[in-house]
Amino acid sequence: MPPVLALDGVTKTFPGVRALSEVSLNLYPGEVTALVGENGAGKSTVVKILTGIYQPDGGTIRVDGAAARFPTAQDAAAAGITAIHQETVLFDELSVAENIFLGHAPRGRFGLIDTARMMSAARDILHGIGAEIDPSVRLRDLGIANKHLVAIARALSIDARVVIMDEPTAALSHKEIEELYELVEKLKGQGKAILFISHKFDEIFRIADRYTVFRDGQFVGAGRIAEVSEGDLVKMMVGRPVDQIFPSRSHQAGDEVLQVVGYCHPTEFDDIGFTLRKGEILGFYGLVGAGRSEFMQALFGITEPSKGVTKIDGKVRVIRSPADAVANGIVYVPEDRGKQGAITALPIFQNVTLPSLSRLSRAGFLRLAEEFRLARDYTGRLDLRAASLDTPVGNLSGGNQQKVVIAKWLATQPKIIILDEPTKGIDIGSKAAVHDFMAELAAQGLAVIMVSSEIPEVLGMSDRVIVMREGRIAAELSGAGMTPETLVRHAAGISEVRR
Amino acid sequence: MIKRLATTREAMLLAAIVVLIALISTRFGDFATPRNLANVFNDTAPLILLAIGQMIVILTKCIDLSVAATLALTGMVVAMLNTAAPGVPVAVILLIAVALGAALGAVNGFFVWKLSIPPIVVTLGTMTIFRGIIFLISDGAWVNAHEMSAAFKGFPRHVILGLPMLGWIAILAVVLFHVVTTRTPLGRAFFAVGGNPHASVYTGIDVGRTQFWAYVISGALAGLTGYLWVARYAVAYVDIAGGFELDVVAACVIGGVSIAGGSGSVIGALLGALFLGVIKNALPVINISPFWQLAISGSAIIIAIALNARASRVKGRVILKRAEHAA
Repeated sequence: MPPVLALDGVTKTFPGVRALSEVSLNLYPGEVTALVGENGAGKSTVVKILTGIYQPDGGTIRVDGAAARFPTAQDAAAAGITAIHQETVLFDELSVAENIFLGHAPRGRFGLIDTARMMSAARDILHGIGAEIDPSVRLRDLGIANKHLVAIARALSIDARVVIMDEPTAALSHKEIEELYELVEKLKGQGKAILFISHKFDEIFRIADRYTVFRDGQFVGAGRIAEVSEGDLVKMMVGRPVDQIFPSRSHQAGDEVLQVVGYCHPTEFDDIGFTLRKGEILGFYGLVGAGRSEFMQALFGITEPSKGVTKIDGKVRVIRSPADAVANGIVYVPEDRGKQGAITALPIFQNVTLPSLSRLSRAGFLRLAEEFRLARDYTGRLDLRAASLDTPVGNLSGGNQQKVVIAKWLATQPKIIILDEPTKGIDIGSKAAVHDFMAELAAQGLAVIMVSSEIPEVLGMSDRVIVMREGRIAAELSGAGMTPETLVRHAAGISEVRR
Repeated sequence: MIKRLATTREAMLLAAIVVLIALISTRFGDFATPRNLANVFNDTAPLILLAIGQMIVILTKCIDLSVAATLALTGMVVAMLNTAAPGVPVAVILLIAVALGAALGAVNGFFVWKLSIPPIVVTLGTMTIFRGIIFLISDGAWVNAHEMSAAFKGFPRHVILGLPMLGWIAILAVVLFHVVTTRTPLGRAFFAVGGNPHASVYTGIDVGRTQFWAYVISGALAGLTGYLWVARYAVAYVDIAGGFELDVVAACVIGGVSIAGGSGSVIGALLGALFLGVIKNALPVINISPFWQLAISGSAIIIAIALNARASRVKGRVILKRAEHAA
């Protein structure tokens, strides 16, 4: 059977990053194709190309064998491609029917929306997917699972032939997931081609007919799911040549500086406990949504855990706010630099000194000369090159912004530094600089917690690794136990390799 | 670099004010005499004082629509106090005005900080409430000139070196708050909170508390202005300075204060207020009808915003290139 949708040699480049490099993907009518890959493998980029949000730089897209282009989202919809996204994009204040038909509602006389026809059409679609939802209620009155069904109904309200499901089960309970599987079977029966994106192996083996694996934006392999084992898939996902060189570290870890016991949160994480020593780099690995960042935010005092004890240098410390954390020598370099890291309108030196201002003032007044000295000192250590320390941070490149944020925290002279995805979205050269710097910090006796989704980085930098899955610690690995396969297996919840 | 940008933007505004004064002088020669300019500055002093407070509030991504009502309520309270106890010295009156204004500002700040109500809603509400309180305490009656003591009325008009006390207080406030915003940790926090609230949280800055202090400052300045206003015009009633909050916001916007927060300066607020003050003082002198005055003031605001938006866009790119070359 020929594929209904075929990507061939599709390439997409962003400034400094090659997101997709000549990838292929075929979708067949009446079959579910699972797209598998690590975070950053290029899955989301493919979805955005197929739905007309990104334009590929090269390669061909064929629909029913004929070359196609999707300059806009409407063009993709017209070609019968529809996507159900990770986060549902819906409108709380509109009715279910309006949500389903927003943008393509049936029109009556004078071009006005034909409400009666819209309601009955919405009822038909909802019935078709087995959802008993009144199309006239407001969306905000529905639960999360029903909202998801509305999102699916919206996707099907255009005459879709290709349905993309991006992590559809991420927010669903066990029972709802079963209902989703039934729905997928129903759509298969209607001859629709389904692209199913998931991290969860049990799901993939349960629902998919075919698989395609991407790694670092490249096509690795594809085939029938019946002819592949979980172990083979894991190997395809992670088995890369070691092309990055990490700094060698011979330093011995010192005394225990941090002990975390029984950190719990009602929804995000449960029973997190570990210790951290001076001069140690502790990696936190897990899939997106495993609760790593949420836990770190609690440790840093941004959110309050419902339970848990933090001991620093053997003494119990209560951390209720980021100010408490900084005062106790814990600093956090967040993942989202634009949103949480730098204040882009302020100049470099003011960003660097922001958490240290009380130390830099005398009688309530800032000493500008001291500020500049501190900023020059720490930006110099990070090899930050800018025309002047007066330059607004917003004018710097991503790598340099990262350096400003790190300089800001080092200037507070912390004991423990938490780095959340420290090299995400920065170029290779800056990455190596950040890695060297982390090694240097550890050698100077700083305790480092590194949250990272990049397996080579986790393995290359960490002394120990904690793998989190669904808000819990799935494994603590060290030494020879730290391999790409063990990380992925614990993160995805595969107990042992089945062959 | 940002300093250079700010100074050029402020220099442009200063140049515009100078050109405006020069243009008016061609029609009305006496306008540019030092004496008249001192009068114009003195007339604009209340606007300058309120614009400084408003600037700080806007810096933190908030807005204070209750400034004029705070001014009026404080003015009424001190006027009634003066009527009841004429012996209370002016120094105490000043203290009471500042403290009461700060307390009213703290009410705004409290609602924004602890109850997370949107600033525009809070201050729209307190604006009406404060006016209502004036009505309650005064029964809608006026406090007139003959009921006020000579010392009470005389203080803002007391001339030192050719400029009345009112003008000097504005100058003092400009200097003081220029230092506060550029040279203190709290001043830096105002910029940080408005520039990026999320990042401020991660830096250990309490966003709500910072906004609270901005409202307290704005309220204190409005309270101070309340006494000065009532004493200078020698009258207090429910509706004094009605609608003045819009002039105050306009002065900030003309002065290059970003309504989105995180960017602005005391000098900018000063110049924005002076620009409006010159227009308001000059138009009647050169015989332009009051109807046109409003239209001209409004146009000035829109042109200033358009220029500001353009300037920051274009300059932003130039700086970017320069910085990247240097890097």
